[in-house]
Parts: sequence; structure tokens; C-alpha cells
Amino acid sequence: ELRNGKNLYFLLYKPIYLLIVAMQDPDMGVKMRNQRLLITVIPHAMTGRDIIDWLIQKYNICEEEALHVGAMLVRYGYVYPLKEPRSLVLRPDESPYRFQVSQPPLHPPAIYLAKKNIRKQGELMEYEKERYSVLHKRINHTWDFVVMQAREQLRASKQRRKADRIVLECQEQAYWLINRPPPGAHNVLDMGLERINNSSRVTLVSDITFLYFLFVKYSEQYLNHDPIMQGCLPSNPWISDDTAHWTMNAEVVPSPTRLRVERWSFSFMELLNDSMGRREFMTYLEKEFSAENLCFWQACEDVRHGENSRIIEKVEDIYKNFLAPGAARWVNIDSKTMDKTLHGIRHPHRFVMDDAQMHIYFLMKKDSYPRYLKSDLYKNMLAKAVVPQETKKR
Amino acid sequence: MACQGLQSGETLASLKKESDSLKKKLEEERGKLNDIELHQVAEKVEMLGALSIKTKRLLKGHGNKVLCMDWCKDKRRLVSSSQDGKVIVWDAFTLNKEHGVTLPCTWVMACAYAPSGCAVACGGLDNKCSVFPLSLDKNENLSAKKKAVAMHTNYVSGCTFTNSDMQLLTSSGDGTCALWDVESGQLLQSFHGHTADVLSLDLAPSETGNTFVSGGSDKKANVWDMRSGQNIQSFESHESDINCVKYYPSGDAFASASDDSTCRFYDLRADREVAVYQKDSVIFGASTVDFSLSGRLLFAGYNDYTINVWDVLKGTRVSVLFGHENRVSRVRVSPDGTALCSASWDNTLRIWA
Repeated sequence: ELRNGKNLYFLLYKPIYLLIVAMQDPDMGVKMRNQRLLITVIPHAMTGRDIIDWLIQKYNICEEEALHVGAMLVRYGYVYPLKEPRSLVLRPDESPYRFQVSQPPLHPPAIYLAKKNIRKQGELMEYEKERYSVLHKRINHTWDFVVMQAREQLRASKQRRKADRIVLECQEQAYWLINRPPPGAHNVLDMGLERINNSSRVTLVSDITFLYFLFVKYSEQYLNHDPIMQGCLPSNPWISDDTAHWTMNAEVVPSPTRLRVERWSFSFMELLNDSMGRREFMTYLEKEFSAENLCFWQACEDVRHGENSRIIEKVEDIYKNFLAPGAARWVNIDSKTMDKTLHGIRHPHRFVMDDAQMHIYFLMKKDSYPRYLKSDLYKNMLAKAVVPQETKKR
Repeated sequence: MACQGLQSGETLASLKKESDSLKKKLEEERGKLNDIELHQVAEKVEMLGALSIKTKRLLKGHGNKVLCMDWCKDKRRLVSSSQDGKVIVWDAFTLNKEHGVTLPCTWVMACAYAPSGCAVACGGLDNKCSVFPLSLDKNENLSAKKKAVAMHTNYVSGCTFTNSDMQLLTSSGDGTCALWDVESGQLLQSFHGHTADVLSLDLAPSETGNTFVSGGSDKKANVWDMRSGQNIQSFESHESDINCVKYYPSGDAFASASDDSTCRFYDLRADREVAVYQKDSVIFGASTVDFSLSGRLLFAGYNDYTINVWDVLKGTRVSVLFGHENRVSRVRVSPDGTALCSASWDNTLRIWA
């Protein structure tokens, strides 16, 4: 069983495959020429400079980015150097490079090791011997076939021209340097853990047109609150080394910042997510004699997110305080939801309060929350909110 | 492994051919309906000015690849985990290492900070996710207080606390996600539906707080109801493994990062993909994504050691962050949006602002 989640064969990485094909195009690809290597002439080679120039032209990018892409191509083995094959860098000069073989050979590590074994008469390095025996065990039944293939390849290579042999050996060496580096060497193709890849099924895509402007609106609303985009006052602590911004926006402060109070008006969730906003809202509800709604909601949250072992105890408390007839803080839920909830709490579970909680949440959101935003309590808070002075960067 | 239940006369090749032609037909039909793309609506939106984002802190201390990190709610502390089993809690502002634990397993791929700031969760090749309380006493041996909460049958790829310290949500190489009660270690709910390793998950920042999204090696992103365990929505448009999923700040959408070298944006209300973030010169897999506070920017970490910054609305790339010397495994914007933290296989973490 072959695990191919992270496969050695670059053909499966479509964007890279497309790039390599484009680079090798006889008309529009990278300029190929015969490269002189010592006393041999290697055909179909290209210079590092030509690769860089081609990338710049093809992708309309700057030299820095082209150098980066080119460096990755060599590091990951799609292109290999003819000079100094052990140094996997892309030099933007006359240094010669070639494409890695595009046909994945059958059981490559096995054949490579078998060939080396035959050639050097059993003189593999220790880690190579280990791998050889592991592979032998794994592909036991095809082992004879692999050895036969290795013998064939060696016989054929003896008959090839010297230039081809040098190229092939450089190729193979680079290929295996990258894909099976000796222990201790940096493995750029270290793929992490292998995963089993299963084929996917076709998915139907629904074709509803909708309003993208909601995303535009959201980003506009939060623009001033996004420090990476607009900066923050008095300064971004990571840039200025001054923690004033954090001090001013601590959970409990005598006077919150204007941006913070403004944010409470963006949505009910924003108000409740800020502990200070939640306290302010509670104060408002107390004035309106409907604070039990927020208390009930908080108690339900506690059930939902708390320990399993305390669910029963908490639900009992909620019933006593909020739902029982004549309860001290009775909440006004519609009769249908109330009946369903009362029935459910006979066998309490984590989600037993969900319906009631949602009912009260939307009651607050639709009714109390909009009125709070129009109230003097909120307006005064906003008016006296602090706008920090910007401090210059160091 | 991949060829289950073939009918007589069918081959894998013929099935693939049929599925490809079906896909093509669907694309044609979609095209006929004249859909507007997100970037077209965003044409009137102001172009973003040049962003000046630089490394402001370099966190050195891990002896091996850093695989994961998570911010504390206090906006300056973070927890990170690495391949050699080390989990470190840092005050990233001062570069001070406040806690260190060594797990008995390697490849700690998941770590998370508890909402209270008093505990961290981590897991990986040990198939478990354990919770450690963070003691104020430096001399206390944290390993002794470790509590194994989640138990999977394969590696743990991701974990997050829900709205409290009491519940933990995990994703695993065993193809499932699971919700656990931290105190008792009890499995509260399990989520089945992925047909391969689940690589990532994220909790929805919604009012009712009942859903989460997961992404996996089966190229799918699934949205789940935490109460019922049901898979309520599924998205499959990536061409390779989905390494990371992250909700848009409003909770109405999410982004994904994939080995197919693209990041994508999905709207949950419309139940479809609405943007693809890709460039011809970006050819290596994307491993991680996160949004800036306003959701306008998408930060994505790649296997070519860079972080690309995308304009979510316009679909264009606005910046590239160079600096790491190996793959970027995780990017996370801090809770108040003041900084981006990136973790890398070069053994370091960087804070960008």
C-alpha cells in the first residue's frame, strides 16, 4: 500500500507542473543551449541568469521575487545545477542548470540503491544499507524485478555517451540528495507526516447571487479598529515598545477609549463580549427593571460552557431563580418555550436551556439593546470617552 | 485504498473521466447564471496603501521546528509547540520564556491557550490532547500536573478551547473531530464525515456559538453543529489538502489554505466559494491563514518560507513578508489586532507589526 499524501513526484503539484512545462516550452520557454562543462558539452542546459530573466518576464515580478522562486525550484529539486551539484542554489549568472527528469521511475529509491549496490559491489553506506533492507522487505515480491531493472539500466548506461552519463548521474545525485538526504543533512523536502489521500467526490455548488457589500461594509466599519491597517493610539506597543495602548484598554479602566465605546454600537455581540460593555448594559437594564434577562442569559452560558459535573446543580439554580412560579427574578419567556424548557429540565443536559436562552437573547438584542444605544447612559459614556494622543515612534 | 466498490466494467480512470466531465458541466451552468465575483463589487473600494510590516520580535528558544502557536487573551503572551516535544509559554513582548514543558511525544502539532490564561492544551503524535495548568510558581513541575483530556486513534492536528476552560475541541488524523469535557475527559460529541485526516479546525465567533469549521486531506471544509454532531455544510473546491481553516471576524464566512498553493474564501450564507487568492508566481503550498482584525487583510504562510498578505475584498496581493528560513507553519493575529505572529520550521517565531 503506497501512501501518497506527500508524494515525491512533482507532477501532482499542479502549479509547479504548469511552471515546469512552461519553462520547457521550445518556443516560449527558458533559452536552452549547449553548456560546456570542463571538457564535455552538455545539451539542453540553461544558465541561472536566463532562468531569472524568464521568470521576471513571464510573471511580471521583480528580480528579488524571481530569485526567490528560482531558489525554491533548485532547493526542491525541480531544476538542478550541473556545476557543484551538491550546492543547491540558483546563481543568477552563467552557471548551468538542467531540468530534473520528468518521468518518475518505478520504485526509485529501490532502483537507485540496487544500482549502486551492484556497481560498488555491496559497498553502500550504512544508512543506505538500512534503507535497502527496509525496501526489500516492503516490496518483497517485486524485488527480483527491481534488481533486474537496475541491471538493465546499468547495462544501457554503459552504452550511453559520456555526456549523457554525467548528466544522468548529476540528476540522480541531486534528486536523491533532496529526496533522501543522509541523516543529519537538512532535508528541504521534509514533508512532515504522511497522510492517506482518498479520491474526492463531486460536489454540487449552489448558485445563489448575494450581497458582497456586507463584507465591504464590515471592513469599512472596522477599518479604524484594525491596528495593522490604520495604526492605533497612542502607539502600537510592538513598534514603540510602549504599553500605554494596553493599559488604556485594560478590562477595567475608569474611562474607556472612544474607539472601544464606539465598538459597542457595532453589534449586540460586541457589547456583550466586552466585560465593561456588559456591565454598562446591566446598569441600564437595572434602570429598566429587566436586568434579570441578562443575568438569566449569563447563567445559561455558564451551563453550556461549564463542567459536565455541575450541569444539574446549575440548571436547578436557574429554575429556582428565573423560571419557577414566583421566582425572585422571573424571566418572561413565551409559554411554548417555557413548557418545553420545564419539561427538559427534568432530565438536565448541557443544551437544555438553549431555546430559552436564545429567546431572551433576541429579546434583549431587538428591544433593550437599541434603546440602550439611544440612552443618556451610553451617550454620556461616548462623550467622555478618551481619545489618546498619538506618541511618535522611536 | 482508493478504489472501493467499483462496478464491473468501471475502472478508476473511467470514473475519474466521468467526474471530471460532470465538474465541467457544473462550471458551465454556473457561468451561464452570470455570477458577480466579490472583487467586482469591491471595485469601488479604495485601494490599500503600501503596508509597512516588519519583524518586531524574534522568539528563539525552540530546538526544532515550531509547528503551532496560539495567543493568550492578554494580547502579549503566547504558547508555542515544536517537533521535539517542547511547549513554551512566552511573554512575546519581553521575549521572556515563562513556562516550558517537554512532552514525551514528538511532533506537538497542536497547542492552545485557555480563555482564562491559566492553562494550555497541546497534543500531537501521542494521539492525545493534554491540558496543563499554568502555575505562578516557577519551580513547580508542570509535567506532573498534566491531564490527558482527548484520546484519538491517530495524531492530533488541532485543538481549541471553546468559550471556557472547561471544553476542548480537537481535530485528528483519524478523520474525526471531537468535543471533550476537560474536567472528566469525557467525550461529549464526535464529528464524523471527513474521509481522510482532519488537519485544522476553527470555532465560529457567532452569537449562538454553536458551530465550527474543519479542513482535511480529503480537500473538504466542513461546518459542524456542536450540539448534534451533524455536518451542516461542506465545501470542496480546493485541488489538494486543506491545511488550515479560519473564520472571518463576523462569523459569516471563512478562509482556507491548501497544498494547491491557493487560499480561498467561502460565504456561509450563500453556501459557496466567493474568492480565490492565487498568483502564478506563488507555486508552493499554503499552510496557514488568519485575518486582520477588520477582516480586510488575509495573512497566509507558505512552504516557500514566505507570508503573503492578501486584500480579501479585491483578491490582490498587497505585500510579501520575507524573513523565515524554512516553512511557515502557523500565522495568528493577536487578539487586539496589533500584531501577527508566525511560527516556522526554522525553529523560531516572529512577531510582525
